[in-house]
Amino acid sequence: MASVTLTVNGKTITRDIDPRTLLVEFLREHMRLTGTHVGCDTTQCGCCTVHVDGKALKSCTLLAVAVDGSTIMTIEGLAKGEDLHPMQAAFREYHGLQCGFCTPGMIMSAVDMVRRKGTDLDDKTIREELEGNICRCTGYHNIVKAIHYGAEAMGKAGTAAE
Amino acid sequence: MSGTGIGARVQRKEDFRFITGKGQYTDDVNCYGQAHAVFLRSPHAHADIVSIKLDAARDMAGVVDIFTGDDLAADKIGGLICGWMIHSKDGSPMKAGAHPALAQGKVRYVGDHVAVVIAETQAQARDAMEKIEVDYKVLSPVVSMADAVRAGAPVLHDVAPHNIVYNWSLGDEAAADAAFATAAHVTKLDIINNRLVPNAMEPRAAVGDYNSGSGGFTLYTTSQNPHVARLVLSAFIGIAPEHKLRVIAPDVGGGFGSKIFIYAEETVCVWAAKKVGRPVKWVADRTEAFLSDAHGRDHVTHAEMALDASGKILGLRVKTRANLGAYLSTFSSCVPTYLYAPLLSGQYDIPAIYAEVDGIYTNTAPVDAYRGAGRPEATFVIERMVEVAAREMKQDPAEFRRRNFVRNFPHQTPVIMCYDAGDYDASMTKALEMADYKNIGARKAASAKKGLLRGVGFSAYIEACGIAPSAAVGSLGAGVGLWESAEVRVNPVGTVEILTGSHSHGQGHETTFAQLVSERLGISIDNVAIIHGDTDKVQMGMGTYGSRSGAVGMSALSKALDKIETKAKKVAGFVLEASPDDIEFKDGKFSVRGTDKEIDFASVALQAYIAHKFNGQELEPGLKESAFWDPTNFTFPAGVHICEVEIDPATGVTRIDRWTAVDDFGNVINPMIVEGQVHGGIAQGVGQALLEGAVYDANGQLVTASYMDYAMPRADDLPSYDVGMTQTACPSNPLGIKGCGEAGAIAAPPAVMNAITDALGHEEIAMPATPLAVWRAAQRLAPRAAAE
Repeated sequence: MASVTLTVNGKTITRDIDPRTLLVEFLREHMRLTGTHVGCDTTQCGCCTVHVDGKALKSCTLLAVAVDGSTIMTIEGLAKGEDLHPMQAAFREYHGLQCGFCTPGMIMSAVDMVRRKGTDLDDKTIREELEGNICRCTGYHNIVKAIHYGAEAMGKAGTAAE
Repeated sequence: MSGTGIGARVQRKEDFRFITGKGQYTDDVNCYGQAHAVFLRSPHAHADIVSIKLDAARDMAGVVDIFTGDDLAADKIGGLICGWMIHSKDGSPMKAGAHPALAQGKVRYVGDHVAVVIAETQAQARDAMEKIEVDYKVLSPVVSMADAVRAGAPVLHDVAPHNIVYNWSLGDEAAADAAFATAAHVTKLDIINNRLVPNAMEPRAAVGDYNSGSGGFTLYTTSQNPHVARLVLSAFIGIAPEHKLRVIAPDVGGGFGSKIFIYAEETVCVWAAKKVGRPVKWVADRTEAFLSDAHGRDHVTHAEMALDASGKILGLRVKTRANLGAYLSTFSSCVPTYLYAPLLSGQYDIPAIYAEVDGIYTNTAPVDAYRGAGRPEATFVIERMVEVAAREMKQDPAEFRRRNFVRNFPHQTPVIMCYDAGDYDASMTKALEMADYKNIGARKAASAKKGLLRGVGFSAYIEACGIAPSAAVGSLGAGVGLWESAEVRVNPVGTVEILTGSHSHGQGHETTFAQLVSERLGISIDNVAIIHGDTDKVQMGMGTYGSRSGAVGMSALSKALDKIETKAKKVAGFVLEASPDDIEFKDGKFSVRGTDKEIDFASVALQAYIAHKFNGQELEPGLKESAFWDPTNFTFPAGVHICEVEIDPATGVTRIDRWTAVDDFGNVINPMIVEGQVHGGIAQGVGQALLEGAVYDANGQLVTASYMDYAMPRADDLPSYDVGMTQTACPSNPLGIKGCGEAGAIAAPPAVMNAITDALGHEEIAMPATPLAVWRAAQRLAPRAAAE
């Protein structure tokens, strides 16, 4: 067993875990945060994307012990109570989701995209930056639109730098 | 009314939970005390199992139990079934080999199920699985259809000599031959429809639970049709009678057909829950999904079209071999037959059509319905054929299509279908305008200046959706009727619960079904809850596939709402002291005709339950109604998609520059959701045309079994889509709905391939048109172009 301490969505916890526990398993099974999904288990599809110390990482091939001491943000930590994060609101407004399975990863990637690329995102940039997130339902058209307007809204709300 | 009725572009009610991570998918379900199942799968495409040694595996830490096919057989658990009987043209029934959930003596594809290990954790189950020793006697596999039917080829199932499941035909062969005898021109084409893996982002999963107190089983599973799953698991596989088996399909992360079927894993999990006395959970990893989800398409076709001198189509002959894989999956037999050949007439008036389809066993994963199911394959044949015919006859492809369009409805084709309504010219006209087709020449020239090849491709597709009239499908071999059910429960405060047999796995039923209720009862969608996916709540249903939820599921809801209105008028009559015949219902209010006496819907609901205003013997208390709707015909969505590509001949890279879609889906409930369905369908069709293909090597190993090897469409592979609509109401259901779920996937592949072959000077090329394949074709074209 190995001891791991993580701050997840603002809450610090320490657990003894099997050292081969993946970060996504830690989040889903130890913390019951099931919003982070496993779509491919090989870092291809991006359904498991979370923020580790502010950067988007895929949690399905990351050992929990490897990020010991880190601050993690999952999809459950993005909204402030009932107040949606602007990127979440944009996905709903522009119909950027259908089955919802890739959506948490898409939104976490999109928020990170804004952190790295700014709030004025053109379609080409968004499409290139989504290379690591696969959606089978939407054909991406409305995801691209949602991220464009979500980024813009983050700029207006001042949440881009958070 | 409240602005959330039919036609309103309202945001989806289900989205809040999905965007906040609160969706409840099967893998999010955890039952107290659950153990984890892992399946040992065959590494060989074709082998006899000589022996299985479990001792070392049983000794591993955390192992609860291990089962093989013998254990299932000892418990008299039946094999998986195929629910659609196809008869060969000689009248003999299809040759269906046994399909045990865990192999019994033989494995027939890589990924076939050999044993299940149940352990405290998934990791322990995997560790123990490694210790199982299986002695295989490896047999020669048949991987391609050509191999399978070769004389002396190894046989997968003794009941199916030469690996032929059926030789089926449709249409009048003599009439077709007569048409060819008078033809001024004959177009011939060999067509391959590539094999695809559906790849819903949520992998399949199952949690089985058994309550020894009640003797009842519960199965949580990733299903598009939990009632069908319960029926099959009960009546055919023999897990438990239906009243002792509850099947719950919670949030499901995409299906595209692959989650219609009843698979080995959920069968084993629910059975094993009783054996081990604990809940048993299994979740597929992505490679398991590639290996064992039912694949799609995989046809090899030769087609011939007879034309007169003006370009009028006289007849069509089609010969197809369809790969059905190693076993017949739940609905596999009907996909390349009754969901395929009846669509070969396309949007065209073709007097004579004859089709033959051979269903073939191979040592590959089972093949079944995948988004469109048979109709994309038919559309690919007819739309490639008309494009090539137009080219050969030196006619404009749009004009050529118009020359042959069906214009009088109803139109009986020579292959079963009777098209009820449509206006194909309207869609073509609008699409040409949106695509700026008149300036294609200038755009081609501009591309040529940059050293690039530009091409334009049409697809004037039709599909048969809203499956289907029960009597009709019964006469064609279906083991079930394809009606749908709905129940409307009005609460005393006037809020409404809808129970539907349709299942939503991305389609947004919680919104669209609520919109219909909103429209009819004059209440906000916020006061409507849609309940689906649980056999203990919804009595019976046939589920969601074949673009049927709107046309069939909502028609059932409409019928139940009719009954609610009738009953509510009676209640209102008592309250307002008037005859029910004098009660009018409009905008959520009941009023007495010609007076100012009125009562709103919520008050009527309350009165229905307190029942003080009427004698409960004269009128039953309560406000709850249910209905079953059996369609009177298929529905026929149709449209025109135009794809414009630009190819770099130096690299072979194809870029889609423009996509125009004009679809006629009849009446539309929520245009935002319909457009989303079109986008997603096109993406899957473009994926088939440019990127995707399941590839087995000569030994039957699936070499495209991960996202590193199977090219899923990413955002930067796809364009934005210009989506428009035309409308002819569907006369075959009360809402005029045709269905939209599969259109894009049906329309897109021929549009892309017609565009690419246009750009490549009519050089033929197979799907997927990868950069290498396109580059090779461009190399063939270059010397020809230079000579010209």
